[in-house]
Amino acid sequence: MTVTRPKDIQFGRIFQTVAAHAALLIYTGIALFPIVLVLINSVKSRTAIFKTPYALPSPINFDPVGYQTVFERASFPGYFLNSAIVTFGSLIFIFFAGTMAAYALSEYRFRGNTLMGLYLSLGIMIPIRLGTVSILRLMKALGLVDTLFGLILVYTAMGLPLAIFVLSQFMRQVPKDLKDAARVDGASEYRIYSLVLPLVRPALGTVMVFNMIPIWNDLWFPLILAPSERNKTVTLGAQSFLGQYVSDWNAVLASLTLSAIPVVILYIVFSRQLIRGLTAGAVK
Amino acid sequence: MKRKSFPWHIVVFLAPAVIVYSLFMVFPLIDSLRLSLYTTLPNGTEIYNGLGNYQTLFNDPLLAPRLWGAIKNNIIFFVIHMVVQNSIGLFLASLLSSTFIKGRAIYRTLIFTPTVLSVVLVGFIWRLILSPLWGISGDFLALFGVKNQPWLGLVDTALPVLSLVSVWQYVGIPMMLFLATLIAIPDEIVEAARVDGAGAWIVFWRVKFPLILPTVGIVAVLTFVGNFNAFDLIYTTQTALAGPEFSTDLLGTLFYRTFFGFQLQPGSPTMGATVAGVMFLIILAGVLVYLFGWQRRLLKMEIEL
Repeated sequence: MTVTRPKDIQFGRIFQTVAAHAALLIYTGIALFPIVLVLINSVKSRTAIFKTPYALPSPINFDPVGYQTVFERASFPGYFLNSAIVTFGSLIFIFFAGTMAAYALSEYRFRGNTLMGLYLSLGIMIPIRLGTVSILRLMKALGLVDTLFGLILVYTAMGLPLAIFVLSQFMRQVPKDLKDAARVDGASEYRIYSLVLPLVRPALGTVMVFNMIPIWNDLWFPLILAPSERNKTVTLGAQSFLGQYVSDWNAVLASLTLSAIPVVILYIVFSRQLIRGLTAGAVK
Repeated sequence: MKRKSFPWHIVVFLAPAVIVYSLFMVFPLIDSLRLSLYTTLPNGTEIYNGLGNYQTLFNDPLLAPRLWGAIKNNIIFFVIHMVVQNSIGLFLASLLSSTFIKGRAIYRTLIFTPTVLSVVLVGFIWRLILSPLWGISGDFLALFGVKNQPWLGLVDTALPVLSLVSVWQYVGIPMMLFLATLIAIPDEIVEAARVDGAGAWIVFWRVKFPLILPTVGIVAVLTFVGNFNAFDLIYTTQTALAGPEFSTDLLGTLFYRTFFGFQLQPGSPTMGATVAGVMFLIILAGVLVYLFGWQRRLLKMEIEL
């Protein structure tokens, strides 16, 4: 049964829709305009950057000189590799250590279970940066200063609390019958753990993406723990390059674009997991 | 019957996480608090100094103004985020939760883009946009009849403008969190209010807003912790000196300068740890207010209802 709405209500609806789209379009513009402006100007000549900043790149104003400078003066491929090693390495550690601990907390009732859960989740709210003075000392003592491995260890410690908290919530929902059936068949506890993993895959995806972006983007720990040219991550490499070439607009725009591209690609690939994580449980 | 053997598998499962977390997070945090109670002698040895470092930090004619200045700036930074970022986030979320709007997923994804960029990129992008040399900000401000200025170079404007840059970057997070809560509100509740004659405005404030209050608390505490720990944006745009004249100095930049030294002042690990100790206490206070003040009050409200 359809009810015809009175004209003014229909008009109100249309007006609301138009106003909402207008507001969303304006805000999308605000969010994207600065990024797009940098992208399009990174391939333009210096004159074009200043004379026609809003013009799209075209054969008339095209000039890749910025990218040439970046590739001659800085080793961005090296920075990318370092960032990839650090991010990927940390994610692997977080994956194994995190799922194992979450499995133990959710599966076994042992004495001190709750206390252990609480201890491991303390780090969700307290920023690891506040321990930097001692982290640097510890890394010196362990001979891990200016190594990528040192960064990986710090990021693993940083990512574990939230990963364990979220994963153990999800693992509790895995039906008990399933695990008990496997036990009856004589499966070891380690085998059952490996059976549970695929069942929490969506949560795992979210946890990994959630950790990936802050690790890739971090400036603080690369600056303090691994600042040498050999070990620079993209974020630190871009930071020091930009500081040095601040007046070379072509190079600045090109290096900004280069360092933004991997994150934007990762975001496009993983945006579903990321958004699902942020809106966890609520979106049905 | 065979006696149950010690559950070694539990130890194996927990060990990697507990070891890495304890060694690289819990131990450094505690050790850093311990170091804040020590002072470094000129010959390099460290001796116990009680709360002496904290006294110096709060009273020394050179250090105290920096500390209070950083705390004041940090509060301004936080207030701007709370007011601007979180209300824009809520506004966008309420638009994105209306089912009659098409393309919501696309808007959501695009608006979230700046949040995934590193603060270094965001800082430099806005330095370019705001640069009087390029004049982009000038072109836009002219539309509103506002005269362009070197916003990042003036004592009065640098901090508010940088706060807004940070708002621009992070508005996606409150937006997503509010959106999740709004979507979860059952349609029946909203319909019931509509049938009773409530307009969209009343429905939002009287029906939806009370239901998103728990999310307001989460957003507030996340903003608080993030803001009182911020460093990258100021370091990228204004260097560790947080110019002009320390007007953009936050606790994070003060921590960095105290630890590593700057210009003529040598760095000191113990004083650095003391600044970190102050930050730790502030963040802890914020988290406790949230856990015991806000959540308990919400619980009471629910019981009364």
